[in-house]
Amino acid sequence: MTTKPFNHLSRFSRRRFLQGTSAAAIAFSLRPFRANAAGQVNVYNWDTYIGETTLDDFSDATGISVQYDLFADNEELFAKLKAGNPGYDVIFPSDYMIESMLSLDMLVPLDFNQIPNVKHVHPNFMDAAFDPGRKHSLAYMWGTMGNGYRKSKVSGAPDTWGIYLDPDMASAHSGKLALLGDQRATLGIALKYLGHSLNSTSASEINAAADLLIAAKKHIKTFAEDNGQDLLLSREVDITMEWNGDIVQVMTEDDDLSYVVPKEGSVVWQDGMAIPKGAPNMENAHAFINYILDPEVNAKITDFIKYATANKDAMPMLPKEDLANPAIYPPESVVANCEAIVDVGDAATIYDEAWTRVQAA
Amino acid sequence: MENWRNHRLTFGIFILPPTFWLVVFFTAPLAVVWVYSFGYRGPSGQTYLGFSLDNYVRAFDWLYLGILLKSVWIAIVTTAICIVMGLPLAMGISFAPKRWRNILLLIVILPFWTNLLIRTYAWIAVLRTAGYVNFSLEWAHGNLDAFFTFFGMPELMGTFEPLEILYNQKAVVIGLVYVHLPFMVLPLYTVFEKLDRAYLEASLDLGASQWRTFFSVTVPLVMPGIASGTLLVFILSMGTFLTPDLLGGTDSVMIGNLIAQQFGPARNWPFGSAISFVLMYATFLILWARATFASQKSDLGI
Repeated sequence: MTTKPFNHLSRFSRRRFLQGTSAAAIAFSLRPFRANAAGQVNVYNWDTYIGETTLDDFSDATGISVQYDLFADNEELFAKLKAGNPGYDVIFPSDYMIESMLSLDMLVPLDFNQIPNVKHVHPNFMDAAFDPGRKHSLAYMWGTMGNGYRKSKVSGAPDTWGIYLDPDMASAHSGKLALLGDQRATLGIALKYLGHSLNSTSASEINAAADLLIAAKKHIKTFAEDNGQDLLLSREVDITMEWNGDIVQVMTEDDDLSYVVPKEGSVVWQDGMAIPKGAPNMENAHAFINYILDPEVNAKITDFIKYATANKDAMPMLPKEDLANPAIYPPESVVANCEAIVDVGDAATIYDEAWTRVQAA
Repeated sequence: MENWRNHRLTFGIFILPPTFWLVVFFTAPLAVVWVYSFGYRGPSGQTYLGFSLDNYVRAFDWLYLGILLKSVWIAIVTTAICIVMGLPLAMGISFAPKRWRNILLLIVILPFWTNLLIRTYAWIAVLRTAGYVNFSLEWAHGNLDAFFTFFGMPELMGTFEPLEILYNQKAVVIGLVYVHLPFMVLPLYTVFEKLDRAYLEASLDLGASQWRTFFSVTVPLVMPGIASGTLLVFILSMGTFLTPDLLGGTDSVMIGNLIAQQFGPARNWPFGSAISFVLMYATFLILWARATFASQKSDLGI
């Protein structure tokens, strides 16, 4: 599972889905939400995005119990906090969501005296356009979007978005291609293919991207609900646009699968940890963030969830094959072409209308 | 018969909890959404209140009207299939021996014991290219091929081409019929239960064929059940969004998806609220049409 910035069934681990749902159901039924009990921290995170024993280890080490809730995507997180914080102390928003929350004054500035482990975060992640100077959030995991593909069905790596958008290239794989049903990401790659920024706010550029997608639709099987990895694994499609973490998971199950980030550039994402305004247990929240940034703890999490960590001192403790896997840690030259999705303000309505046009066509 | 007017206090006490529930958890949130629908979206997706009809004007743009009409069409097809399948099913259950009836009804309701999301994912496993439908067809094809080869016609069957059933409108309709069939069967069953069989016997005794009896006697008598079932299935499938999301292709967007999109990625709650109300007004229109229809036929007890 992976991150999918703008989608509503994100991070939906196929293998762990049932397990996760039942565990969550039990957790909800057994533990009523006591927001400000002493010695507690209320954490709100993505599904399958923490180590197997991280929460118990944290409680053993600090005596603070963890009330752990799951959200499926940034929009759910935002909607939950928009009308006032129901009691969460630590949240895990993605880049653009941190930006939105900051602009709406929904995050507390972090007290770095309480987070000595901040020194383990890679310097590349200590500044960001969405949170200048990283005063309100600290990087957790990061990744890219690209093409997952079945090697035996494709000649060479499909390292261009033209595989979907150029009619000649796409017709060779007609009906065996899937794009993501994620408006910003999918319009974004069409913008990249046209040589524009994927954060363009120009109506003519965005509409040109939509027209390109409409023309390509006859070769596209579906706009996947972030289950592109399943489509690939079950041979429903041969090439799919997906978040890297999803493809990494199925690559371990099928040697014939691989992942490449197209040369035109793509989406690079990162998720952060932050404390929402109104958090009832500020001290425990800082203690939790500090604990997650401990290199040993962080390496254990990273090894389990198979994303790329932003923690430089955790990296040496990771399996060598993960560090050498370009699907997890792509070459710098590839990442240099990529952009993070940022909040485009009023242009969001242009994206939405263009996307509706693509879906309705 | 007792009249509630003679027991005002008791009636008041009993009516209090449901009234409280409806006002606090239904009317109030609905009012909020209604107020939102006249507002506008802030640059970061905030909801600002206002007094503008812009959202409604936009909702009647052809782009959105087209999606609404497509949703109506998909809901009509779904409802029609549910009637065709639900009638014999409900009839079969009500005519079954008594000890079987509850078990058969249980089987109809059984799918509700599992989460809709999981059931829809199960359909993916059934319908996809490498799914159970195609496995079965391939197996049947292979056996037929062996059979014909044995009789000296090796080329007759050709090679097996898997059916493309998933990720298109067909898959959406299959999914919707599956989810909503119980909503057709249950109201029909209640009517069939109360049906006086003497009418059917009379029709048959007087020389009408089974077909004639079914269409001229049974169907008119169970019309109230068909109407309730149609209403339930139609309204529910109009507003659906999970099924087209998971089973649909690149053009399967329905009005429910559009609304979900406004409250999700587009972060345009005012516009989402306006489309929700357009959908709701459309639903009211259908309910009003049914009420009118019902009052005309009140002699049938509809």
